Amino acid sequence: MKKKNSPWANVYLALILILLYLPILVVVLFSFNSNPGRTANFQFEGFSLQWYEALFNPASGYGGPLMTSVTIAVWSVLLSAILGTLGAIGLVRRPVKKSILGRAGNAALSLGEQVAVLPIMIPELILGIALMALFTLMKLPFGMITLVLSHVVFCVPYIFITVRGRLSSLDPGLEEAARDLGATPLKVLTTITLPLAMPAVVSGCLLAFAMSMDDFVISFFVNGPQTNTLPLKIYSSVKVGVPPHVNALCTLMLAAVFMIVGLSQLWQARTQKRLKRDEKQAARARAMSAN
Amino acid sequence: MPEKKVLLSLRGLHKTFDTQEAVAGIDLEVYEGEFITLLGPSGCGKTTTLRIIAGLEMPSSGSVFLDGKDITRLAPEKREVNTVFQNYALFPHMNVYKNIAYGLTLRGVDKNIIKQKVDEMLDLTQLKGYEKRMPSQLSGGQRQRVAIARSLILSPKLLLLDEPLGALDLQLRRQMQQELKQMQRTLGITFIYITHDQEEAITMSDRIALMRAGRFVQLDTPRGLYEQPRTAFAASFIGETNLLTATAQAAKDDEVLLDIAGFTLPCTCTDWVTPGEKLLLSLRAERLHLSKTPVPVPCCRVTGELVHTQYAGGERLSVVSLPDGQTLRVRTSTETDQDLAPGATVYCWWNQESGVLVRDDREEA
Amino acid sequence: MAKAALGRHQTSRQPMALPMVLYAALFVGLSLLYIIGLSLMTRGADFTAGAPYGLHNYERIVSPLYLRSLLQSLRLAFFTALFCLALGYPFAYFMAKASSRARTWLMMLLIVPFWTNALIRIYGWKILLSTTGPLNQMFLSLGLIEKPIRMLYTDFAVQVGMIYAMIPFMVLPVYSAVERMDWAMVEASRDLGASPFRAFLTVTLPMTLPGVLAGLVLTFIPSIGLFFISDLLGGSNTMLWGNMVHNELLKSRDLPFASALSVVLLTLTGLVILVYRRMGGKADSMVF
Repeated sequence: MKKKNSPWANVYLALILILLYLPILVVVLFSFNSNPGRTANFQFEGFSLQWYEALFNPASGYGGPLMTSVTIAVWSVLLSAILGTLGAIGLVRRPVKKSILGRAGNAALSLGEQVAVLPIMIPELILGIALMALFTLMKLPFGMITLVLSHVVFCVPYIFITVRGRLSSLDPGLEEAARDLGATPLKVLTTITLPLAMPAVVSGCLLAFAMSMDDFVISFFVNGPQTNTLPLKIYSSVKVGVPPHVNALCTLMLAAVFMIVGLSQLWQARTQKRLKRDEKQAARARAMSAN
Repeated sequence: MPEKKVLLSLRGLHKTFDTQEAVAGIDLEVYEGEFITLLGPSGCGKTTTLRIIAGLEMPSSGSVFLDGKDITRLAPEKREVNTVFQNYALFPHMNVYKNIAYGLTLRGVDKNIIKQKVDEMLDLTQLKGYEKRMPSQLSGGQRQRVAIARSLILSPKLLLLDEPLGALDLQLRRQMQQELKQMQRTLGITFIYITHDQEEAITMSDRIALMRAGRFVQLDTPRGLYEQPRTAFAASFIGETNLLTATAQAAKDDEVLLDIAGFTLPCTCTDWVTPGEKLLLSLRAERLHLSKTPVPVPCCRVTGELVHTQYAGGERLSVVSLPDGQTLRVRTSTETDQDLAPGATVYCWWNQESGVLVRDDREEA
Repeated sequence: MAKAALGRHQTSRQPMALPMVLYAALFVGLSLLYIIGLSLMTRGADFTAGAPYGLHNYERIVSPLYLRSLLQSLRLAFFTALFCLALGYPFAYFMAKASSRARTWLMMLLIVPFWTNALIRIYGWKILLSTTGPLNQMFLSLGLIEKPIRMLYTDFAVQVGMIYAMIPFMVLPVYSAVERMDWAMVEASRDLGASPFRAFLTVTLPMTLPGVLAGLVLTFIPSIGLFFISDLLGGSNTMLWGNMVHNELLKSRDLPFASALSVVLLTLTGLVILVYRRMGGKADSMVF
């Protein structure tokens, strides 16, 4: 059927989108406010870039947290990519085991899998407190290391689930064909499985990177006195007062996200076009070979 | 004729999945240069047998010998056996060239030699000019060729083909059947071919192993399987046949007299038959003749009522009901079409050698 | 034959999952078990915990203060999930029915705010809702109100912020359910005499129920634990469960009691997930 939407449906879609963008637009608008005074966040007076200047002033103190956040995100994503991808490869297809030991092993792995994806299902708050308690018990000094360890905990499920999904949609015959043509199990992994999983690894990593950069709750509990991530810095700025240069920061971050999303859309559109072209070629080839 | 050399032999092969027996005791000797087909309905164990030969499945018991060596426990990558998979299993992230070169690249063969060999394969499979294409950009027939080239480049002793033409349309299928047979002849490679299409099996194979429920029903040449089926299943799986219940009357030498619906009919039979025994006679639909008049008078003739007749182009399909209610399906050429109408009494006759006594295995499965 | 029982010649890849499983066992499994243990202890000096052991932390929770907070949190989470469904379902439904070009755009527009920092988006509401903020100014100039209304630092603001933060988590699973649905079934039901509304009720809704369930879980669970939205938008009387835990930990530095509060939340979450699983939900529907 796939009927077209009625005009009312379009009005509804637009309305919700306006609501979604309203607070963001306000932030962008006020980032250009020339009102320098205490009412800078409430009364728009005119256009100026003063808050951007204030932001880029080293005194604003955003450079350090930004670097910290990026460093944490890079390390966490790297570690999670290794853990999550290996996990997905190991768990995607499990041979049925008959021995008691084999069955017990399978059951343990299933449980482990469930525990590994738990972080995306339970409130972050619980995980934050639990990790904080555990690190205290382990006598790990709070700081970069505890932050990375914690971010890995919630980054792994995103990569694991995307990669597992990709792998389970692959034809198991591909790996068998590789074995048949002479590849050792290790060669199958490096020449077939990993290259085919790569797109999913990349998209899982992007998701995990965004989650790590954005994480506030868990970082809040496991950060140390010397470390301050960007979300933590924003939180403290917003909590204490309403410094208008936060608007400028937010606008810049928004612009970055839009650019990344836009580029990926563009890339996807190109891939789509190429796919369509390929399909046409295949159809032509079919028509030719049918003659 | 020189002594034929055994390339592969399967001995007492069994394979059980959970509680289900997929392969239930298979013994087979495959000769060098032979085109042998495993034919059977889906789920008969033919793919499992093939996977055991390829090393992708481990038999529950029994062994596999290649060139006299026991390879039952050898890993698939160490066997000089290659497979063309049912859905081709082309590597989607590699172009045609890389797919074909894959096996040689793994073996660390010199790049120039690989190039030369791939070119040979591209020639052989008529894929010149498609090297840079990705599998997704190919038609079904082209994918098929790549899959074959990818295996043949390794010059395996034995090529296994698992329903390789299953996904192609009829026209392309016919063409590929010829090409495959041609390739097999020129290269002299032994083929083990799997299909559920009896016509394909008959036209391509040197020998056919008809399978059912994990066992061989009959291992024979195409002609032998068609002309001399040994069981009711074999007779009805290949071609169209009528299975008539008969009672043995008297046996002499290699002939037995049968009672079918009150008619006494002679039939060739080499087995020991006791009078009164219930037998099953297989009569191919296209080996039966119909006439309105009682001429000619051959030894094998029955009379019945024509219940249905239908023109179908080159042939006419008729159904004749015998006095005891059994029916015969008859295919006659329309070149000598007669004016037949349902309800008429007709004479149906055949040559004595067209009737084959078969073992009744319809209840087994 | 032990080896033949393995079935395939394939080398097992399961050991590759060990690093991930062990990591999760330590940092997720063990840490959660540890706070359950902690919740049965008593706070010591400087963030430590020890004897006496017992259920005293849980006994402390059974008091009007905490029960009211729990109720408030649950009510807020419930309404968040409900409003997200009411607002998000039609959005997802219309989005799935839009042309493929429009769908790409809508999807992008929906996801972009979701990619930006959650704090920033809440911060935008803080500006919008403030007494001298744009909304009040607009209402004033339109003559709808005479005096600015106090919206910031109220339960209303917290509710708005929560719905706002959670709505994509409803739209995405519902959208993918509607998208996957075979429209021919709706057609068939219309053909058999159902009105558009009845067709929706008897075909579309049941077919998209898995998406709705995933959406409800995805919006409900995080809403119980979120503390920064009520922290930024709520007033001093908005004490959600998340805020309680947060306060106990950072102000009173009572790790065992904060653990007990977390365990209560964990149990609630577990129950919701259990119900979700019982109804046939999968964890995978939670990642897009």
